[in-house]
Amino acid sequence: MSFRIVVMAKQVPDTRNVGKDAMKADGTVNRAALPAIFNPEDLNALEMALRIKDMRKDVEIVIVTMGPPRAAEIIRESLYRGADRGFLITDRKFAGSDTLATSYAISLAVQKLAPYQLVISGRQAIDGDTAQVGPQTAEKLDIPQVTYAEEVMDVTDSYITIKRRLERGIEVVKSPLPSLITVHSSAPDCRPRNTKLLMRFKHSRTITELQEETKDYTELYNHRPYLQIDEWTVADLNANDEYLGLSGSPTKVKKIENVVLQQKESKVLSNNDQEIEALMKSLIDSHVIG
Amino acid sequence: MNNIFVYCEVTEEGTIADVSLELLSKGRKLANELNVKLEAVVIGNEIPTIEEQIFPYGVDVIHLAQDNRLFPYSTLPHAAIINHLFRVENPEIALFGATSVGRDLAPRIASAMRCGLTADCTSLEIGDHFENKTQKQYKDLLYQIRPAFGGNIIATIINPETRPQMATVREGVMKKEIISLTHKGIVKHIDIHGIVKDTDFVLEIIERHVEKQKVNIKGAQIIVAGGYGVGTKENFNYLFELAEVLQGEVGATRAAVDGGLIEHERQIGQTGVTVRPKLYIACGISGAVQHRAGMDQSATIISINTDPNAPINKIADYTIIGRIEDIVPKMIKYYKANSK
Repeated sequence: MSFRIVVMAKQVPDTRNVGKDAMKADGTVNRAALPAIFNPEDLNALEMALRIKDMRKDVEIVIVTMGPPRAAEIIRESLYRGADRGFLITDRKFAGSDTLATSYAISLAVQKLAPYQLVISGRQAIDGDTAQVGPQTAEKLDIPQVTYAEEVMDVTDSYITIKRRLERGIEVVKSPLPSLITVHSSAPDCRPRNTKLLMRFKHSRTITELQEETKDYTELYNHRPYLQIDEWTVADLNANDEYLGLSGSPTKVKKIENVVLQQKESKVLSNNDQEIEALMKSLIDSHVIG
Repeated sequence: MNNIFVYCEVTEEGTIADVSLELLSKGRKLANELNVKLEAVVIGNEIPTIEEQIFPYGVDVIHLAQDNRLFPYSTLPHAAIINHLFRVENPEIALFGATSVGRDLAPRIASAMRCGLTADCTSLEIGDHFENKTQKQYKDLLYQIRPAFGGNIIATIINPETRPQMATVREGVMKKEIISLTHKGIVKHIDIHGIVKDTDFVLEIIERHVEKQKVNIKGAQIIVAGGYGVGTKENFNYLFELAEVLQGEVGATRAAVDGGLIEHERQIGQTGVTVRPKLYIACGISGAVQHRAGMDQSATIISINTDPNAPINKIADYTIIGRIEDIVPKMIKYYKANSK
C-alpha cells in the first residue's frame, strides 16, 4: 500500500501585483487584468509533499483543486514538479462558496481518496488570506491539524513530526496519521519544473479541455491513460446541495466598497535642506518629536 | 438575545494576551449596544490572577477550564471545550484573536458549529439587514468589516442565519479599555471530564520556544516604517538610525517583510499589528489598503517616496519626494541641530 499524500491547492488571482487597471471605473475588480497563479503557500505545501516523497519511496502525491475548468493549469504545474495525479473539483453549483462550503466539498473529495496518510495545503490563499479552509477541512475529516508547518522533521507509518512557525517562536509537534498540515510561507520554496516530467505530462488534460481541443487525443490517451486529469462534479462527490455554493455559505457579503482614500491636505516638500530643516523644526516646536 | 463570548488566550507568562483584552473591550461595547452580557472563555493551566486580569474590562461571566494538559494550547482539547460550551450557551457573537492560536482554533469551531466566520476584521459594528430574495428583515446583526481581494475592496460580511456570528481580529485593531478596577462578575468552572476525551490529547508537543515580544511597535509614539521601496537591508539602517534619535521604533510593510528586508515582528497592517502613533514616517511605502488599515489613525503622517503619485501621499500630512538615503540623513541632521 502506498503512502498517499493529498495536496490541496488553489488557483488565485495574483493580488500581490495589482496594477492601476485592476479596478474598473465602477469600483469592481477587473479579474481579467489579474493573472491567475498557483497560490504561493500551496507551492510550499507541494514542496513539503515532494520532500516526503524524497524521504520514502512509497509516496503517492495526489493534487486536489476546486475551481473553474482553467484551474486544471495548477494540476499540470504540480505534475511537472513531481505530483502523481490530480483531481479537479468543478461544478457551477460550487459558485459563491465561502470557506465552510469549500471545506465541505474538498473534504468529500479527500474522503474519496481514502485511505490517505496526510493532507497538506498552504496556510492561506492570497485572494482571501483567511487561513480557514485547512482547519475546517480537518474538522470535517475528523483528523488532527497541524498549522503553520515549516519543516518535516520525521515521518513514519504512524506519525509525523513537524516544526511549526508561531508568531513569536517555534514549536515541534508529533501528530498521528492521518493528519492535515497547513504550510507557512517560511517553508522551503517549491522546486522548479522537471524537464522529463514536463515532457511526460504536457498533454495532460481534463475531459472539458479535451472537448475543446481541435486535435483528436483518443489514440494518445488510450496508450497513456495517466494523462487524464479527472474532474469531479457535485454528483461524483455525492454532495448535498444544501451545503454547497451560496446556500451552504453562512457568510454573506452585505456590501463591497471600493477603497476611496480620504484626501488630506498634504504638503509636498522637495528634497532640499531648507525644507527638511523647516519640517523638523516645526515638528519639534509642536512637540510631535523631541 | 443571547450573549457575546470572547475566547481569551493565555500567554507563556500566565497573562491574558493583549488581543483578548482588546476584544473584551470591544465586546463590552457591543454587549451594551445589544443589551446582553459579556462572557469570557479561559482555557489553560491554573492561573491565580485570572479574575483580576479579566473582570476590570467589564466581563459578566468567566468560563474557566483549568487543567495542566490545557497549556500550551493544542487544537483538539480547546475545540472540544468550546464546542461544548457554545452548544450549551448558544452565543450570539463569538470573538477570537487573529493569532497563531485563534486562527487555528476559530475555523475548527466554525466548521463543527456550521456557522460563519470572518477572518482579520478591521471593524465590528451592529446593524440591520433586509434580504431582498426572501423579503426577510434581520435586526442587530454583527457587521464584520475587512479588506478583501488583496485589499482593493472593503467588504462588509454578515451571518444572517447561523449562530454564533464568529470573527477574528488582529492585535492592536481594537482599543483596550478598563471599565472599572473593582468590577466583579461570576466565575463558572468547566469540568472537562466527559467533554475532553483522552484521544483529544493525541498531539505531542516535543519542543517549544516562544519569546516575549521584543519589539513594541504597538506602544511606540513615533514609528519610522519602511516598505519595499527602501530596497535593501542596508537602507533599513537609515530608518533604524532615525528611529533611534527620535526614540521611536521601526515598522515595516508586508512587502518589505516578505521581501526579507526586515523581521516579521515589525509588520504593520491588516496582517500585522495596528498602530496609532503621534508620528508615522512612511519610507518607500506605496500604501496598499492593508497597510493603511494598520496605520491611518496616526496623528501625523510623513511620506518619503520617489513616486509623487504613491497612494500613501494622499493620507500624508507631509510628502517629501526623493530617495530614502538622501532624505533620512538630512532629517537626522536637522533634528539633532534643532532639538534642545
